[in-house]
Amino acid sequence: MDLRELYQEVILDHGKNPRNHRFPEPSNREGRGYNPLCGDKITLRLQLDGETISDVGFIGQGCAISQAACSTMTEAIKGKTVPEFEALFDKFHSMVTGDQGSEDELDALGKLAVFAGVREFPMRVKCATLGWHTLKQALHDEGGEAKTE
Amino acid sequence: MTELAPIMPASVKAFDVERVREDFPALHQDVHGKPLVYLDSAATTLKPQAVIDAVDQVYARDCANIHRAVHLLSQRATAQFEEAREKVRAFLNASKTTEVVFTRGTTEAVNLVAQSWGRGSLRDGDEVLVTELEHHSNIVPWQLLCQQTGAKLVVVPMTDRGEILREAFEQSLSERTRLVAMTHVSNALGTVLPVAELISLAHERGAVVLLDGAQAVSHVDVDVNALDCDFYAFSGHKLYGPTGIGVLYGKERLLEEMPPYQGGGDMIRSVTFEETIYNDLPYKFEAGTPHIAGAIGLGAAIDYFSSFEAGLVHAHENAVLRYATEALEAVPGLRVIGTAPGKVAALSFLMESAHPHDIGTIVDAEGVAIRTGHHCAQPVMEHFGIAATARASLGMYNSFGDIDALVASLRKVQELFG
Repeated sequence: MDLRELYQEVILDHGKNPRNHRFPEPSNREGRGYNPLCGDKITLRLQLDGETISDVGFIGQGCAISQAACSTMTEAIKGKTVPEFEALFDKFHSMVTGDQGSEDELDALGKLAVFAGVREFPMRVKCATLGWHTLKQALHDEGGEAKTE
Repeated sequence: MTELAPIMPASVKAFDVERVREDFPALHQDVHGKPLVYLDSAATTLKPQAVIDAVDQVYARDCANIHRAVHLLSQRATAQFEEAREKVRAFLNASKTTEVVFTRGTTEAVNLVAQSWGRGSLRDGDEVLVTELEHHSNIVPWQLLCQQTGAKLVVVPMTDRGEILREAFEQSLSERTRLVAMTHVSNALGTVLPVAELISLAHERGAVVLLDGAQAVSHVDVDVNALDCDFYAFSGHKLYGPTGIGVLYGKERLLEEMPPYQGGGDMIRSVTFEETIYNDLPYKFEAGTPHIAGAIGLGAAIDYFSSFEAGLVHAHENAVLRYATEALEAVPGLRVIGTAPGKVAALSFLMESAHPHDIGTIVDAEGVAIRTGHHCAQPVMEHFGIAATARASLGMYNSFGDIDALVASLRKVQELFG
């Protein structure tokens, strides 16, 4: 088991210094995520203008995987439309839960492809997807807490 | 570690941990290509071959239901099941086997008391006292009971070392305290509560006392008669026995007064649609076919554990705990959570550079199994303003070498996270 596959430099960097670790001003959507398994907690806010996610940020604490996943996600989706986010969500989810994505799909994920190693660590999939589920919840304004099931 | 020598009791030398390790087959395997180092006994202990054989024998030979048929297999199974109850009685030093109720585990035992004793005994405004150290399973059943009865849950605060002090306990007791439910040993921090003293304080106020002994039974001596507790709950799987079997000890006088917890077979003497007459203790509380192999396995676990002098086992574990504490405190950036004097068997810790969950994954890759998370004791975490810790916990089979392996694996954490 190669831990460097999981803890890639990008992940360690974003885990230590998460980007967009603040609430955007203004913002009109909020989501809260909680992983009861490890206690990771994040609150994510975004500004939705029509179909476009113009700004997004989060505050929270957690392991390197959850913080880095949230951080890289905010970078990747800023300026994207909701359908573009949904498509990215599905690709990211498939990648970390073990469905071998095609080269094209991994390419489409760009920097997010560093999380491919997570699939070897089933106990950590929820860490990687917490931010993504939280953002989805914020967009759909479902209330309550995002779960990673 | 040379300074350990003077304080290590001479008796520790008489405990041969290498021989003990041979009795636990699960220890002899590689995980991720490394020899397993098992430091998660507070979650569940590994099982000695004697327990595995006892369970195996039930299914392979004496496979029958108990207390029912006249055939030989049922006689054998029934005899072994009741022998196991006697072994539990002797282990706890209870007066009678009628005071030993088999349950699925500690959780079910606590729920049994909450629902059977609590619903009939608590009134609006009564108080149930728990401590800040409790496992969720000794909080939530009481919250449910409080919702049902209008009673109030009161919490004894702990110190920053993770202790429950007599003064704080006394201050939390009131004229309305009807029940004290407290842990004997903290699962998250390893604190041993001064239960004998606290029980007599509670009794002075007329309160009934339940002890959650899940973490205690394998690490400290338990004598329910000497403690004078009213209820004592523990799980077989934390005493080197099978999962799915546990025990509720209760004073006969209280158990007699309590209504059944569940209805079903075995707990009745006669049933008509007009009236059901309940069975005697302890069967009144054992509805349905129980975990027969589990109880017999627990009996075998008690036999195994009791084949060692308890003092030697505890001294060995305490020596390993001291060694581990010193070794971990020497790791830069590491902080031990829970520093109560006289604590046993568990070391919760944080590292500056890495989150507990990351620590858990990295040491696992080195073959070291520890627990990470809130340990089902979120109020404890909240006290320290944290979400989780990494926890190494000990069993009788852990050696100084296991601690060396843990420390080496923590160096890998530092290499990665710097």
